[in-house]
Amino acid sequence: MTVLQKKPENPIAHLSAEDIEIIGKELDTIRQEVRDSLGEDDAKYIRRVIDVQRKLELGSRAVLLVSMFPPAWFVGTAGLSLAKILENMEIGHNILHGQWDWMRDPKIHSTTWEWDMASPAAQWKHSHNELHHTYTNVIGKDNDLGYGIMRVDEDQKWHPLYLAQPLWNFVNACFFEYGIAAYDLELGKNLATKKRRNDPKFRAAAKQVLKKIRNQATKDYVIHPALSGPSFLPTLAANFTANVVRNLWSHSVIMCGHFPEGVETFEKSSIEGETRGEWYLRQMLGSANISGSKAMHIMTGNLSHQVEHHLFPDLPSNRYAEIAPKVKDIFDRYGLTYHSAPLYKQVASAWHKVIRLSLPNGWLAETTPKNAPAQVVKLVRMTTGGKKVRRELSRAA
Amino acid sequence: MTTTDPRPTTAAPRVALRDRVLRFAELVTTPLLPSDYLDLVDPLRSGADLRGRIEAIRPETRDAATIVLRPGRGWRPHRPGQYIRIGIDVDGVRQWRAYSLTSDLTRNDGCISVTVKAIPGGKVSNHLVHRARPGTIVQLDQAAGEFCLPDERPEKALFVTAGSGITPVMGILRNHPELTDVVLVHSAPTADDVVFGHELRRMAADGRIRLIEQHTDSAGMLDARSIAELVPDLHERATWACGPVGMLEALEEHFAEAGLADRLYTERFRPSVVVTGEGGTVTFSKNGTTLEADGATPILDAAEEAGVLMPSGCRMGICYGCVLPLREGAVRDLRNGELTVAAPGDGVLVQTCVSAAAGACTVDH
Repeated sequence: MTVLQKKPENPIAHLSAEDIEIIGKELDTIRQEVRDSLGEDDAKYIRRVIDVQRKLELGSRAVLLVSMFPPAWFVGTAGLSLAKILENMEIGHNILHGQWDWMRDPKIHSTTWEWDMASPAAQWKHSHNELHHTYTNVIGKDNDLGYGIMRVDEDQKWHPLYLAQPLWNFVNACFFEYGIAAYDLELGKNLATKKRRNDPKFRAAAKQVLKKIRNQATKDYVIHPALSGPSFLPTLAANFTANVVRNLWSHSVIMCGHFPEGVETFEKSSIEGETRGEWYLRQMLGSANISGSKAMHIMTGNLSHQVEHHLFPDLPSNRYAEIAPKVKDIFDRYGLTYHSAPLYKQVASAWHKVIRLSLPNGWLAETTPKNAPAQVVKLVRMTTGGKKVRRELSRAA
Repeated sequence: MTTTDPRPTTAAPRVALRDRVLRFAELVTTPLLPSDYLDLVDPLRSGADLRGRIEAIRPETRDAATIVLRPGRGWRPHRPGQYIRIGIDVDGVRQWRAYSLTSDLTRNDGCISVTVKAIPGGKVSNHLVHRARPGTIVQLDQAAGEFCLPDERPEKALFVTAGSGITPVMGILRNHPELTDVVLVHSAPTADDVVFGHELRRMAADGRIRLIEQHTDSAGMLDARSIAELVPDLHERATWACGPVGMLEALEEHFAEAGLADRLYTERFRPSVVVTGEGGTVTFSKNGTTLEADGATPILDAAEEAGVLMPSGCRMGICYGCVLPLREGAVRDLRNGELTVAAPGDGVLVQTCVSAAAGACTVDH
């Protein structure tokens, strides 16, 4: 894939500027209808989810007090994993988006909420709500694309280091919450020079993250295991497992949002002077949905409705399902592709892209069982050779 | 939600122990607070944010009702005549309003009550009178207000009230039986509209008070002069008045002319309608900046142009990086024209990047 502006067939070439503004107006209308109908039932929904989550977490941790008994370990670990997923996805992510600010309840508000993640809410809100949601899929501006550590586009020059990117991606998935914290801190950029390392703003932010990590780790790996007495080690293992399960799950869901094949990326210069309609259009083209049951939607924090979420990031997540058909109708009428597929397909598609881009452009597509040995030789030569060899070989392709 | 208050360094051993237990509990529940879990079990426990549970709702007239509340354990007894602020969710949105306490302090079930008159178009009053149900948890503030009797009780008292203005006075009458010479002049549209009509008439029959009812639908409104005629010894009486602004102003003028301004205590119910328009004066309460903004410019832009350092984010209404509490006044959402209104004491959070002033407003920043 390549940025939309450089594609031979531009998928929005058939839309006039006027069309794009009308799309914007139609989407504004959908947003307004939901805003106008928010009420008691919505408030009840989020309070109920929070109530269930807290009870599930308390119950699971209580069961884990006797986690030396295997059935207790399994039940407690499953419950805690579920509770942690709910807490991060349907509750934390969405509250921090300001989706529930309209209730004016200071306990459920984007400015007061803190979540069970390594990244402090305030830092995450900046990098996610502000950067990612504003500059969605703009290469060089939206660091959610590969988190600054991966090759996410054919236009990025290939380097042998990228061969390891499937591994990086997997490690990042396992420890996703720390990856997110590092990424919110822009660790790579800020550790690069002495001046940046010593910047008081960076140091203060890093200190906050370390404090948060210490508190989280103390809770999961010291206090709760200690409370379990003789079940110390099983509880520690259970908490570790629950964190990894949560990390793998949220990483998978988030990867499905913008990474499956067919989702568009954009050039930096293309968003200069972007209108509201054009912004909407970029969100439509830059996101992909996951289809599935109601339970699956809740477990993904309704990020399974990534398209709807990106169009209306501050609308309560429980409403995305009902507006999805209306949004899809707009896609259909204007000849745009509404990407939606079951979880396993989207995950596979996203991983396929990670692997494809870890290899030189075109390598995976050209490789057949017949020419495999020759292709491997070529890859080895490109990996071990210098820049010049790489250039020659990729040109030959 | 993770912050904790700084703790005193020299504390009594018991406090230190409690402190340590609390700190340990915080380690267990981080990033939430222990109270977030305790609230699931007992929202009225001591140490919790002050809340109350609606125990009963008793109709008083066709459009007024008494709400009996069981306050949380942190409740401190009030003085008759004071009011409380109640925060209740109406259509899912937390709304705060002030209502006078009308309960008898000697009631032994630990409950308090406020009496609410539904005003036309009043979101909260109509909800409380017509739709709220017993069992609902509401947010509370401690009682406040100075519309109370002094420690040295007046020998002769006069109360002048209209409509729901009777409510703080009822709180006083029920709790101060030691007052022996009381005149109450009360105005309401009809006899049936008199809140506590039955109880007041019984008090009058028992000789506890002299009750003058003015039914304004048939007899018109009372002015200060006719009150003076109805109560010949008006100037000998300490007077408490509660009702519409016009009535209070007329009384204030009358007492000032007689040189008795210090004998009149008034209680104003705040006007519930905020004057809205296009644009207005925006005041930033913390840094003291005041500026004129038009109705098409986001407050964020106007403030930054005036040199105010503002929190900001996406500047298009999606990231909530710019929200600030609106303390008073009204703003309009530039995306849909929707008004957000804050009464004094509120702190409605608004997105300054997509909100323009709609009349004078005060932003906490």
